[in-house]
Amino acid sequence: MYNFDVETPGTVADAVAAMGRDEAQALGGGQTLIPTLKQRLASPSVLVSLSRVAEMKGVCTGDDGRLCVGGATTHATVAREATQYPALAAMASHIGDPAVRNRGTIGGSLANNDPSACYPAAVLGSGATIVTNTREIAADDYFQGMFSTALEEGELITEVRFPIPEVANYQKFVQPASRFALVGVFVAKFADGVRVAVTGASEDGVFRWSEAEAALSSEFSASAVGGLAVSGDGMISDLHGTGAYRAHLVGVMTKRAVEAAA
Amino acid sequence: MTKIEMTVNGRAASGEVEGRTLLSSFLRDELKLTGTHVGCDTSQCGACVVHVDGEAVKACTMLAVEAAGSEVTTVEGMANADGSLSVIQQAFQDHHGLQCGFCTPGMVMSAAALLKENPKPSEAEVRDYLEGNICRCTGYHNIVKAIMAASGQEVAPVAAE
Repeated sequence: MYNFDVETPGTVADAVAAMGRDEAQALGGGQTLIPTLKQRLASPSVLVSLSRVAEMKGVCTGDDGRLCVGGATTHATVAREATQYPALAAMASHIGDPAVRNRGTIGGSLANNDPSACYPAAVLGSGATIVTNTREIAADDYFQGMFSTALEEGELITEVRFPIPEVANYQKFVQPASRFALVGVFVAKFADGVRVAVTGASEDGVFRWSEAEAALSSEFSASAVGGLAVSGDGMISDLHGTGAYRAHLVGVMTKRAVEAAA
Repeated sequence: MTKIEMTVNGRAASGEVEGRTLLSSFLRDELKLTGTHVGCDTSQCGACVVHVDGEAVKACTMLAVEAAGSEVTTVEGMANADGSLSVIQQAFQDHHGLQCGFCTPGMVMSAAALLKENPKPSEAEVRDYLEGNICRCTGYHNIVKAIMAASGQEVAPVAAE
């Protein structure tokens, strides 16, 4: 790694101020960023560690009934404490491995927007709201393609607010070496409709499968999506699987998620 | 350089580190606690697992400055006060839970973290928890046996895979 300074602010205000330094980069749990720095794929001059910002940590229920997760909350904490939203807790409990879950954070995952990460599917599938130090961003506006988000330079994810669906489930087809999703599908049924978000598959990163949403909104059963298929065009093709294979898995994982949720 | 202080295996420890100094480097190079092994250095293999404030973390994927003020436990801190092996360590010896021994520090630290949160895990839960600890010798069979034994459970029924 090239060397850098490390700031360890204790408040959001101090973290935002530190992000104003030249070539500053926020550091969540570092489970992606530190390996990236080791490969010299990034060379920030200062890392702003968010792990001591107490007001950005923890899980609670808001006045409107939504589940609020602080931006610096680890996957292990969400797995343990997001009891009001079991599908979210279960998703968090299968990210990486136990030691990774003790460091990796929701904000870090969302800010990075890895096309195979689990959290983007849960956030988009839930229609959650991403709260930053300056504004609130709807999940539908937040994800803007592989490793790309609506975040501005220096903007920090302070909280994520999840509406609680009637039922939900996340199914991940694990890429066995990395433990990332080869394909992951998050299905959430709300009173006003069903949302289906897919990670791991598309070259544009996480996306909503609107055809499946329409079918499931009129009938929430695996057979409702049985005849649907997504195209392999624009799907990730690599040594782990072709685009056509991933497209096929989208259908399979969606059916499994509906079966598990129903 | 930044001066950092932490508690390592119950003793006060301090040193001067760069921003980029990893916790694993600080433990090994500065404190000379070389029991924490660095296998892959890419947070895959788990040989570097230590406990920071009671939680298992990969020391190669945490900055030393982030551990400042924390309580850190490494494999050197696992033995009993009289120097005898802890229950988990003894079980690894009794059940031959190692061959080359390179992954063993991480296995012992992960096993301790597992048994703290789940004192009587099933075999499947042990295997699941060791997802981030890679052993290239034993095929995990005896490691799983050792952890089952350390939890006070019968090891005979553990099936080979």
